Amino acid sequence: MQTVIDIILLLVLLSDLYLLSLTRLGAAIRVMAFQGVLLALLPFISAGGILSLHGVIIGFSSLAIKAILIPRFLSHAAREVRTGLEIDSYIPYGAALVAGMGVVLVSFWVARKFALPVTVSSRLWIPVSLAAVMIGLLMLIIRKKAITQVIGYLVLENGIYILGLSLAAQMPFLVELGVLLDVFAGVFIMGITMNHIKNYFDDLDVDNLTILKD
Amino acid sequence: MRFSALIFFLLSLLAAPLLTGWIVRVKALFAGRRGAPVTQLYRDLFRLLRKGAVYSRSTSPLFWLAPMITLAATVAALALLPLPGYAALIAFPGDLILFAYLFALGRFFTILAALDTASAFEGMGASREAWYAIFAELILFLGLATLVRFTNSLSLSQIFESRAVTIEYADSPALALLLVSLFVAMLAENSRIPVDDPATHLELTMIHEVMVLDHSGPDFAFILYGAALKLWIWAMFLTLVIISSFPSPNSLRPLIAAGVLFIIATAIGIVESVMARLRLERVPQMLMGAGALGLLSYIILG
Repeated sequence: MQTVIDIILLLVLLSDLYLLSLTRLGAAIRVMAFQGVLLALLPFISAGGILSLHGVIIGFSSLAIKAILIPRFLSHAAREVRTGLEIDSYIPYGAALVAGMGVVLVSFWVARKFALPVTVSSRLWIPVSLAAVMIGLLMLIIRKKAITQVIGYLVLENGIYILGLSLAAQMPFLVELGVLLDVFAGVFIMGITMNHIKNYFDDLDVDNLTILKD
Repeated sequence: MRFSALIFFLLSLLAAPLLTGWIVRVKALFAGRRGAPVTQLYRDLFRLLRKGAVYSRSTSPLFWLAPMITLAATVAALALLPLPGYAALIAFPGDLILFAYLFALGRFFTILAALDTASAFEGMGASREAWYAIFAELILFLGLATLVRFTNSLSLSQIFESRAVTIEYADSPALALLLVSLFVAMLAENSRIPVDDPATHLELTMIHEVMVLDHSGPDFAFILYGAALKLWIWAMFLTLVIISSFPSPNSLRPLIAAGVLFIIATAIGIVESVMARLRLERVPQMLMGAGALGLLSYIILG
């Protein structure tokens, strides 16, 4: 069991790093969907045979939202705003990957100092979730277009979700459902914002927002 | 056990061209051809050894010396490589650094000889070789660091002996990451397909082959044989990482090693058949990705 959890968490981390280096929007959305499936598997496996109603609901709802609804919405939005398929970044690929690895190192180091009230079933839980949060932040910073920043936001949220799952027994599941709802609403609002940016500037490049004048 | 190490050493020297031959064969089978016999490289080597060498008037003795130094460095690296289950011919704490730098020494002299010819094409190939080697070397060192941390020993022979006892099943994701990163480094170091195409004959796109265009006769035989030996060493290194991670009786290990070696060569052949070469600037990206995997494997051992 522990090895399976380790492998899933590692795949999540690898897909995050892969997202950092991708240059195609369509591929990035597919990776997000794949990551959604991985995350939906986690509550089932970490329950260790005893499936609580709690775990089942979280698993299926995150499958529905993370693996199906959000990717669909994103690809719909990408088509709607007719943004370019290229992902633009402020820093080149190599620098992004090095920064990503630096962030991973930091999160593994920080995770050692993390005093948790519960014991987690895999020693990768905390570092991977921290790394996902920080890689998400990194993507928010280095991406130029709103739609690719949404992906960073989702990566960040997936990190929070992993952290939440490690405390699943303690955490009331209303909170988690609230988080899921938040994300969905967040992506929705960003979708609408993207449409507006697109309407005003014919482009999703957020640099345009700095030249806003009345 | 020095005697078995000596036999392994001599056997490797003899059998190394077979590995290259088998890869070429796999590629031919994939393309639906019968392909050259597996022993083709031996025939090429004998043919070249019988010939005389031609030296350009503009080259210095370095050009004549470099293929020999490269081959000698590779043979020395082979002497450091242990036979699965037994110690290597030469083993001392820290020999893994020497192992990595012997490859670097060989590459350094190949590059110098290429620059010595003052040919524009060879200079270009040398520049690319040095560029990719930076990344490949990093991956090799990360892999070695992971192995050292795993086994708490500083000699290749010890690393591949003690791992069999210390490995835990829980660490297998780290092992998988390590293997993937080392496999990519092997493809880059030995100028195999996603990085360089050993079969290409267009000077503009060649990397390793373009550097040795001016060598002829015995010198070229040394280079070809050295390349085959280097591939053998890298494949053997990967094999050792794999088989020393799983418990198996010592007497069976050479057989298992031969099997794994065969599988790795087949894997290289398949990769070469199904993949196209990467665009020049994409190669460092792939190597950096592989380096990230290696670093991750080091981290998660934690």
